[in-house]
Amino acid sequence: MTVGLLFDATRCIGCGACASACKEQNKLPGPVEEETSAYTWTTVKPVGDIYSRRLCMHCLVPTCASVCPVGALHKTPEGPVVYDAEKCMGCRYCMMACPFDVPKYQWDRAVPIIGKCIMCTSRVKKGEPTACAAACPAEATIFGSRADLIREAKDRIRKNPTGYVDHIYGLTEAGGTSVLMLSNQPFEKLGLKTNLPSEPPAMRTWQVLSNIPDFVAVWGVFLYGVHWITARREVVSTHTPQQKGPNTTDDTHTGSRS
Amino acid sequence: MNTSVAQPVKRFHPGFWTTVFGLVFIPFCIVTVLRFYKGLGAVTHLSDKFPWGLWIGFDLLCGVGLAAGAFTLTAVVHLFNLKKFEPIVRPTILTGFLGYIFVITALMFDLGQPWRIWHAIVYWNPHSVMFEVAWCVMLYTTILAVEFAPVVLERFGFQTPVRIIHALITPLVIVGVLLSTLHQSSLGSLYLIVPSKLHPLWYSQLLPLFFFISAIGAGIGMVILESYLSKRAFGRQLEMDLLEPLARAMVVALGIYGLLRLQAIGRNHAFSAITDFTYEGRMFLVEFVLGVLLPVVMLSFRRLRTNPRWLVTGSFLAVLGFVVNRLNVSITGMEGAAGVRYVPSLAEIIISVGLVGFGMVAFALAVRYLKIFPEHPAVTEGGPEGS
Ligand code: SF4
Ligand code: SF4
Ligand code: SF4
Repeated sequence: MTVGLLFDATRCIGCGACASACKEQNKLPGPVEEETSAYTWTTVKPVGDIYSRRLCMHCLVPTCASVCPVGALHKTPEGPVVYDAEKCMGCRYCMMACPFDVPKYQWDRAVPIIGKCIMCTSRVKKGEPTACAAACPAEATIFGSRADLIREAKDRIRKNPTGYVDHIYGLTEAGGTSVLMLSNQPFEKLGLKTNLPSEPPAMRTWQVLSNIPDFVAVWGVFLYGVHWITARREVVSTHTPQQKGPNTTDDTHTGSRS
Repeated sequence: MNTSVAQPVKRFHPGFWTTVFGLVFIPFCIVTVLRFYKGLGAVTHLSDKFPWGLWIGFDLLCGVGLAAGAFTLTAVVHLFNLKKFEPIVRPTILTGFLGYIFVITALMFDLGQPWRIWHAIVYWNPHSVMFEVAWCVMLYTTILAVEFAPVVLERFGFQTPVRIIHALITPLVIVGVLLSTLHQSSLGSLYLIVPSKLHPLWYSQLLPLFFFISAIGAGIGMVILESYLSKRAFGRQLEMDLLEPLARAMVVALGIYGLLRLQAIGRNHAFSAITDFTYEGRMFLVEFVLGVLLPVVMLSFRRLRTNPRWLVTGSFLAVLGFVVNRLNVSITGMEGAAGVRYVPSLAEIIISVGLVGFGMVAFALAVRYLKIFPEHPAVTEGGPEGS
């Protein structure tokens, strides 16, 4: 069973309890900032008459994990996408690649690491809800198995079709995510990207990377073949006539252009 | 004519270049200290919204690309057996090697924790293009070092290792070309992962191919430029009989590249960005007109191609266009999705310029003390203004 969070923007009262609880749970320094940062893993912001929450989406096929050269990020079987600061060398490819712009960096430190929501892995492993879900007084953020949350979200839309945009954000975005969102405003108004392909971006890279072994074999044999043929030709005739050719036979084609 | 130009240059340059070097070197040291003492945020304009800047766009992408002359020429000479190009193989290998050292040094600035660079060797993630890039950098730098080693070894009279390397040159070159192919293309693959972020003028599933072909074009352009620059610095003749056919190869590479690029833009329905003259469209035009159209058209004419001045101009444009392309992919094309404009900080520029400067000094020293160019006698004391 993989778990997840469901955030319902129509229920959020903008109290910011989730953001404070996150700071406390993960021992993040400083006050809750305006935008997510290496020290603020989740934010709540007013958008018109509703509130938008930002946090890591915990993708089913996480782009961040696929691009990290040292495997510092990975998806746990329970659902959270976690980060191993001991491995990270700070290339910031995860930040570049994440379709939701989630990972943030400690730009102000001499020994910096990435910061992002880790879905309170230690709590989740113990079967407890995340700190943000536990702190939410309005049940705007709820914790549960992803399958249950999808069922619940569909239920809410079905019962109140005029009160919601008929889409669960995170169902298919970038291949699907463990964090799901509901809203009565278009999702781009909440600052969420709506141009994401439903195929995980990691697939596009893998299509290329998985062909490398074949490519190396063919290209290697080809290069050696070229060497073999040309070297052989040199043995056959030490004087290679085609070397003279290109210097002089070019006039017709340039002449035609000028 | 050339000598009359070289005369005043010789009198003026030593003081000038020393001053420039000092002017770059001192800020370079200051920035380096700040970078490692205060962190990346203190010296760069990088941010959470724009995590990759000039050091990736210029130092990494261009550094690797412009070193492509090395694998192109070693393949031409050792695999395609066109031995007449032998005389310019050494300077290109040297450029390639210095290019890769430049890239690695720049990465030492850009990585958040560069002292962990070895993690790429022990922790594997074969799904990551960055992992592939890291291995290609490591292995190909080694290959270049081995390919270049005979030049150093013969200077000190070690004959046996030189003979061993010569015996192994074919497999070495093949592995080198393989790694380069992978590496050039993988820099393009780095951006495959951002279909929703990179502007459609640049995003394409063919990015790896684009990076590969354009690197060949620009790599050849660099070979021609280098021959010209070292000619100026050391009063040598341009090897026109070698450079003219290379220019033709460059035209072919850039021509294919240009057509493929236009097809990709068509497939992305992105021509409107150009006709609407948007920010991205303008930057694309700079890249494409300067770096592809002009050099291809110019150097298609035999009369221009055989004239050193036009040849060098065309090559310079190709290299410039290449640099603009890489900056467009890594910066211009990403700004829209990031929602911010990125302009590199002075410190970022100082580091990049400083590293290029070190590379040029190293090249000049190598040319002076090692046998890089065939007819050039090694060591002329009190020599010209190379540094
Ligand atoms: S939202 Fe970004 S950081 Fe979070 S799991 Fe997905 S790719 Fe990784
Ligand atoms: S910054 Fe760290 S976690 Fe992110 S991709 Fe690079 S090594 Fe991996
Ligand atoms: S799941 Fe945990 S880490 Fe993530 S935002 Fe909520 S409290 Fe913070």
